[in-house]
Amino acid sequence: MTQYHTINSRAPRIDAPDKASGKAQFIDDLNMSDQLHGAILQSPLAHARIVKIDTSRARKLPGVKAVVTAEDAGLVQYGVSPARYDETLFCHDKVRYIGDEIAAVAAVDRETALAAVSLIDVEYEELPLLLSVEEAMKEGAPLIHEDYPGNICAEVHQEFGDVEAALAECDIVRTDTFMNKMQNCAFLEPQGCIGHYDHRGYLTLYSSTQTPHYVQRTVAMTLKMPIGKVRVVKPYVGGGFGAKASANAMEMVACLLSMKTGKPVKMVFTREQVFLQARGRHKFVHTLTTGAKKDGTVVALKHNCILEGGAYASFGIATVYYAGSLLGGPYKLQHMKYDAYRVYTNKPACGAQRGHGGVIARAAWEQQLDVIAEELGMDPVEFRFKNMMNNGDTSCNDLYMSSFGMRECVEAVRDKSGWERKRGTLPRGKGIGMACGFFVSGAGFPIYRSETFHCTATVKLSEDGGAAHLYTASAEIGQGSDTTFAMITAEALGVPLNAVKVSSGDTDFGVDLGAYSSRQTLMTGFAVKHAAEDAKRQVLEVLADKLRISVSDIDVKDGTVIFKGPGITFRTIRNRYRKEHRGWTDMPDDAPLSFAEAARLAFIVKGTVIGQGEYRPRWLGGKFKGAAVGTSPAYGCSAQVVELRVDMETGQITIDNMTDAHDCGFAINRTSVEGQMQGSLLMGLGEALFEEVKFDQKGRMLNPNFGEYKIPTALDMPNVTPIIVESNEPYGPYGAKEVGEGAIMPTIPAILNALYDATGIRFHELPLTPERVYKAIKEKQCEAKAERGRK
Amino acid sequence: MKIVINVTVNQKNYELAVEPNMTLVDMLREELRLTGTKKGCGLGECGACTILLDGQPVSSCVMLAVEAHNRKIVTIEGLETEKGLHPIQQAFVEKGAIQCGFCTSGMVLSAKALLDDHPHPDEQDIRKAISGNLCRCTGYQKIVEAVQSVSEGEQTS
Repeated sequence: MTQYHTINSRAPRIDAPDKASGKAQFIDDLNMSDQLHGAILQSPLAHARIVKIDTSRARKLPGVKAVVTAEDAGLVQYGVSPARYDETLFCHDKVRYIGDEIAAVAAVDRETALAAVSLIDVEYEELPLLLSVEEAMKEGAPLIHEDYPGNICAEVHQEFGDVEAALAECDIVRTDTFMNKMQNCAFLEPQGCIGHYDHRGYLTLYSSTQTPHYVQRTVAMTLKMPIGKVRVVKPYVGGGFGAKASANAMEMVACLLSMKTGKPVKMVFTREQVFLQARGRHKFVHTLTTGAKKDGTVVALKHNCILEGGAYASFGIATVYYAGSLLGGPYKLQHMKYDAYRVYTNKPACGAQRGHGGVIARAAWEQQLDVIAEELGMDPVEFRFKNMMNNGDTSCNDLYMSSFGMRECVEAVRDKSGWERKRGTLPRGKGIGMACGFFVSGAGFPIYRSETFHCTATVKLSEDGGAAHLYTASAEIGQGSDTTFAMITAEALGVPLNAVKVSSGDTDFGVDLGAYSSRQTLMTGFAVKHAAEDAKRQVLEVLADKLRISVSDIDVKDGTVIFKGPGITFRTIRNRYRKEHRGWTDMPDDAPLSFAEAARLAFIVKGTVIGQGEYRPRWLGGKFKGAAVGTSPAYGCSAQVVELRVDMETGQITIDNMTDAHDCGFAINRTSVEGQMQGSLLMGLGEALFEEVKFDQKGRMLNPNFGEYKIPTALDMPNVTPIIVESNEPYGPYGAKEVGEGAIMPTIPAILNALYDATGIRFHELPLTPERVYKAIKEKQCEAKAERGRK
Repeated sequence: MKIVINVTVNQKNYELAVEPNMTLVDMLREELRLTGTKKGCGLGECGACTILLDGQPVSSCVMLAVEAHNRKIVTIEGLETEKGLHPIQQAFVEKGAIQCGFCTSGMVLSAKALLDDHPHPDEQDIRKAISGNLCRCTGYQKIVEAVQSVSEGEQTS
């Protein structure tokens, strides 16, 4: 096996000291000396026609510098996918949810801006509310968007193989319906931004975003600016999980207000605004019909799904495809049919959240597979072994498994959790369950159709040769990508980690589609590796030329030049270096030739050494409609065993143990991979047990805060046994692929399956609140009593 | 009308004129530019704004600046010395307890309050002590391990 000096280790994160000491700057920590503060008027009604907007009182308030509405902003439509641009910067004809943006103010301070917003008079004509998919899909229902009949934002109809014929030949066919509730990404840092339009007509937007590149394009489009004059800079970001993966209205409003006033304009969401901006997990209703043979072979899946999308498309067109395509793995399935609708309602828009589109489908199906295994008298682990895909397999929907450690994952959690010892032996009220997961390692295509590189990277060596500076537009949002890329640079260049500096998250540094779809380690990592190798090649070429040897006879490791042949003398190079660095403290003496010396030589000979790398996926399969959503250069997979306890008197669930294995291809940073696994499991646990955004009959959100929208605390989350499986992905840098999102996949179904083991009850609705669990336990007890009575 | 208060922050005495409705977190962030204290919810629910007030961890977003009159405050900026990071900070760095870092300041201070009172807490004590500090990234495990490592003397500085 290759020996690496930096990657595959547990190197501490390069940003950790700044974050530990409070020095790391997030958006709200940035201020400009002459900045104004912005505030947005958001709709108090969920569905209404705008009759009149009167801003005259707001304009007269002392300290107000600008008031803008759709009249100033124009009506350029934007959104996430060009196929569904259904938003304008401000509402002009109607409002579609409570929180929809109507106008905005820039003023000398926050208080004045807020006061001015309250002085904007809007006359509304209320429209009928559509607060569920049933209401929205009803014949003759009013339309939320005139262009979308039936309030259908998007629909998908796909069939691979012949599902009806296959089901007819199955020995067991089972249909179940399963649903979740709308969720919030609930990152700790509220979105914020500063828009700054300068005297030369250049616009700089500082924003807490996951995707500087897409924000740059959206801002340029809506504000009608050339892309080259718009720069998006991402400071440290306090988590995103999907909701920060597209441009939000606040970002464009801040830029517009800055263009109007000539001053930087700052805005930060309140927690309530974070909830209203939403763009997290949809509410899904999945109906799955699965057919299997007596020997346990799963043959066919008929899948219907309805997604409640809220007022705008956001990522929804991708979500509705992912909800189907991601069931193409990790099992061999010959026949799959998928019919789905994403429906508009008068609620905040749903979008992408960790495990985009696939999490609830996975929960529903993995639970159903458990039921089928039980009916066939098979152990759930054996049942999965029987059906899982292997390296080199292609799914019925054309997803190619270039590396696939599914079997290793299942074996690992089975053995580490004590599955065989515990399964079937736990007392009533205690349960153990398992499930598998599957996810893309980066979307195969950009959100807009384009031949663009998905990422570019630049490695610039310092003139003294002692440091390498990586420039990438990728987004460190907490997942550790800066550290990952510093480690890849160090390894590929052959220098120690502390010789690498990273500048990231700035559109001036190149193109990078950003932090979504679990793409950066594979895609950006690939570009970074190539950039570092390019810089190294340039240095070695100069060195080889000077020494009159071949480049292939030299390598670099951990800062030291290694000559493969004997008798190479580099005395002249060293003497030159020593001469011009007289007085320096780090003079090389009897040591082997350092990379710094070689890099200095390269600078003297040819000027600044700049290595460049880029990445674009190879051609990926699938010619059918929608094939672009789900195809990926590689796929991650995972397995999990959960042990839990249920208080049979209260319905309260306690998760005691989680054993999780994830095939990340190759761990660039082992601690970071584990951190992604543990964090994913936390989010899955919260969604399974208590997370739900609630509304009243007027469409008002009832719990836009952490007091009532519960996310797991340190007391809810057990210790996780994380197991890293490395299948060596041929298309990933050093064999690496995703972990950030795929790791959440098995959590909810493993909890459901463990809950069944504990209670004998199958649940088909999330979250598993004590009320829901208690009611089910009592119903079951009543049924059992009635049954005994009949006997 | 502004009110004058005397307050000690990170062992430095300040005389400040503050609005009566200014929160303590805003005073720290806006008046003293100590932006290491974060604002995550503004309602005392997430713990990102945790500071030590006379040694006790409190949410500075639900306290008024005037309530800090004649009291001693420690913020995250007060932990580092010329020698470097505080052992708890160092442990967070080494154990991988930091991802996005937005909860870190509050988390470290809650841990400090615990360890100052109970130098050898068990795992459950640690989990209770940080249960008012929400983290959406780490699953808490590496944070708990970091605090444990300090109590077990793994960290010195």
